[in-house]
Amino acid sequence: MELIVNGTPHQLQVEPDMPLLWLLRDELGILGPKYGCGIAQCGACTVHVDGVAMRSCQMLAGDLEGAEITTIEGLGTPEDPHPLQEAWIAEQVAQCGYCQSGQIMQAADLLANSPNPTDEEIDDVMSGNLCRCASYPRIRAAIRRAAAAGGA
Amino acid sequence: MGTVAKIARRTFLVGAVAVAGGVAFGTYAYRRTPENPLLADLPEGGAALTPFVLLDADGVTLITPRADVGQGATSVQTYLLAEELDVDPMTVRTSPGPASPVYYNGKLAAEGMPLAAWDTGLLARTGRAASDVAGKLLGLHGTGGSTTVPDMYDRLREAGAAARETLKAAAAARLGVAADSLRTEAGAVVPPDGAPIPYAALIPDLARVEVVQDVPLRAPEDWRWLGREMQRTDIVAKSTGTFRYGTDLVLPEMVHATVRTNPARGGGVVQMDDAAARAQPGVIDILEIEDGVAVVADNTWRAIKAANLIDVTWGTPEGVGDSAAMWAAHGAAFTADKQDSRFADDGDVDAAPGTPLEAEYRVPYLHHAPLEPANATVRFTPEATEVWAATQIPTMVVDQIADVTGQSADQITLHALPAGGSFGHRLEFEWIVQATQIAMHVPGRPVRLTLSREQDMTHGFLRPMAMARGRGTVEGGQVRAFDLSIAAQSVSASQMGRMGFPAAGPDVAIVAAAWDAPYAVPDRRVTGYRVDPMVGVSSWRAVGASHNGFFHETLMDELIHAAGADPVAERVRLLHHGPTKAVLEAVAEMAAWDGPTPAPGVGRGVAVTFAFGVPVAQILEVRDTEDGIKLENLWIAAELGRVLDPVNAEAQLSGGALFGISHAIASEITFADHAIEQANFDTYENARLWQMPQVHVRAMGTTDAIRGAGEPGLPAASAALGNAIFAATGTRLRQMPFAREMRFA
Repeated sequence: MELIVNGTPHQLQVEPDMPLLWLLRDELGILGPKYGCGIAQCGACTVHVDGVAMRSCQMLAGDLEGAEITTIEGLGTPEDPHPLQEAWIAEQVAQCGYCQSGQIMQAADLLANSPNPTDEEIDDVMSGNLCRCASYPRIRAAIRRAAAAGGA
Repeated sequence: MGTVAKIARRTFLVGAVAVAGGVAFGTYAYRRTPENPLLADLPEGGAALTPFVLLDADGVTLITPRADVGQGATSVQTYLLAEELDVDPMTVRTSPGPASPVYYNGKLAAEGMPLAAWDTGLLARTGRAASDVAGKLLGLHGTGGSTTVPDMYDRLREAGAAARETLKAAAAARLGVAADSLRTEAGAVVPPDGAPIPYAALIPDLARVEVVQDVPLRAPEDWRWLGREMQRTDIVAKSTGTFRYGTDLVLPEMVHATVRTNPARGGGVVQMDDAAARAQPGVIDILEIEDGVAVVADNTWRAIKAANLIDVTWGTPEGVGDSAAMWAAHGAAFTADKQDSRFADDGDVDAAPGTPLEAEYRVPYLHHAPLEPANATVRFTPEATEVWAATQIPTMVVDQIADVTGQSADQITLHALPAGGSFGHRLEFEWIVQATQIAMHVPGRPVRLTLSREQDMTHGFLRPMAMARGRGTVEGGQVRAFDLSIAAQSVSASQMGRMGFPAAGPDVAIVAAAWDAPYAVPDRRVTGYRVDPMVGVSSWRAVGASHNGFFHETLMDELIHAAGADPVAERVRLLHHGPTKAVLEAVAEMAAWDGPTPAPGVGRGVAVTFAFGVPVAQILEVRDTEDGIKLENLWIAAELGRVLDPVNAEAQLSGGALFGISHAIASEITFADHAIEQANFDTYENARLWQMPQVHVRAMGTTDAIRGAGEPGLPAASAALGNAIFAATGTRLRQMPFAREMRFA
């Protein structure tokens, strides 16, 4: 099968029931998306599939022929961070940090669709992403900061 | 050496933690400074100035031995060293260093002693000094109890200062100038006229000088970073997906493994059919391990998938196996023969005048459930074993691995990794032992064991369930008597037992933050009862204070309400500890406190705790809406003493409180047929972002104490929430999770 990940096409031969999360992590060595629950309850594995935030633990390889995937690595880099990543750095959101790739990818989808989200929209869209460290107040603050900076 | 009686006395003196080897070492071990472990493994042309500063051809590496589990330990340790050593904290390399007694924790043992945190008397000071001796004596290289900052505050600055002055001495010898004519900046010694000399370039000259000792430390007003808004050293990596955890470790020739053990722990395997699993692509081997089975494969998902295809008939263990029976055992534990401690007994609660009140409170088992599942990587050869794992107890983990492999501790190398959360989980090590056992079947190849969320969740070592019975009296508009009895399993006995050590003496955790709550109630008693072991229990964030903040401050609130007094004013009247009274007055000012019901449908709850040496007061404001209880504002005032990292202190106090609230609302672990009923985050629920209040934090910084912030924010939060809900609705919540009785918006 062919998959385009962060702009790079990959030819792969994997079982059709292999979840995208594991395809990315164990087959392609793209380690930003994390395994937290495997059942779409935590959001740590969130990536963009054809531009939409999805739980990669629930997307199966067999359904993804030709799909364009963006992971946290494709959003920005330490040298050239995405405005949301800049906001995450400025607000010092991360504690353990394990959920934050997923949080940022979910927030990027939110701002792409709603550049100036209301507090209610932020709460609605971000509440599927679990942060066990409870960094939630700073997640809200970082999204507002990025929105104010026009960072969709 | 010691008789049992002597050991028991010593145990009482220095607390349960100290038993971990207290018999094996004499005072000799304390006086002898442990060897610098960096010298044993020094790179070619390298130098180790202190156990905390390593120099080699690539430059400076700071050793930050306290485990970073997300609380920011690496960052603050880096800044403590950098402040004296004059290196750039954001670019300098850091390493957690090897497992070694030189990195002993001098503050941890004090947590196991019955010393009130507000007590500065001779006995308490002697006990705390004994903790430092015990820590050094035992070589307890450990992280926990919010001790990283207090324990490392002087040690790391002293190490940085000694290294800096030694490097200046080396440069002075090379240049033939006086050392005090030199200064240091950005990892280099700067001569008055001439090019800066990078520290690493001075390695050859270090052989000609002695390490400079007893260097005066810089005054706080001269600090460049500490006390100001510092950037966490890991924040860029954690915001760009480039930070690496144990689950991300990739080594040449590595294989992937997972385990599936009996959901009813200890029941064993009766029968197993692994034919379907073995036929799966990528499966390398399947082996029986203690209480279950391990799968080795070429990819984590294939290992987990195959493990789930194994048809296993599990056995049934002995003992208490369901939640109802467990509650019954707790309810039956309030008896003289189960009494564990009575550290507070003032006046006569039985003869106290006034109107009586009685209530019973319950909190469930909880799981640490850090988001990164438990994992460990091990490469075994008969000659040496290497381990990569996130752990808060490196030296003890090395001993555990040595037991498994039959090797000596010096054949084991532990590479400590940062953790994707802990909350106490990385004080456990069962999966590291399992990874070692699996690695011994594939010698020479690294095995990365990753637990599925389900395996991790159903095999946790838990925050104990606990029950409290409270009673008291009120008289003349005041609280007159306060009598709290708490029944729980002993965390220290359970946890020390897993490490192979006995834990004698009372378990302070059962009554922590209750017996020593700084209230001057005329008749006051706090009694701990020890429930017989039934489930493996563990140090969950804030340990005993995690439930006792709720028990104590809910009973106090009920009494104050019965007395018809104001929840803030009556607490202010009763508190005998100045800094604790000050945080309560501060939080009341922050919230513009005007009683528990400032508006129709709005309730405010207050709670005050003093745990881990930090007085904390919280006010939570809720609104009773058509959709349920909505949390609107949380005000927190805390006295950490000198605040080294204000940004992270705010995050930890806020995070601790919200962690407490989140579990109070939604979380519980229950048992049926000896097995944990919650296997993942669909049933082990947490409050989510939409339920979070606005949080307002003030770290007072008005005393000269040095304290950690990871745990103290938690204990007051659930009581503040319950008290607020009572104010808003008239319903008193005495059992967690609150969502069983109350709808939340």
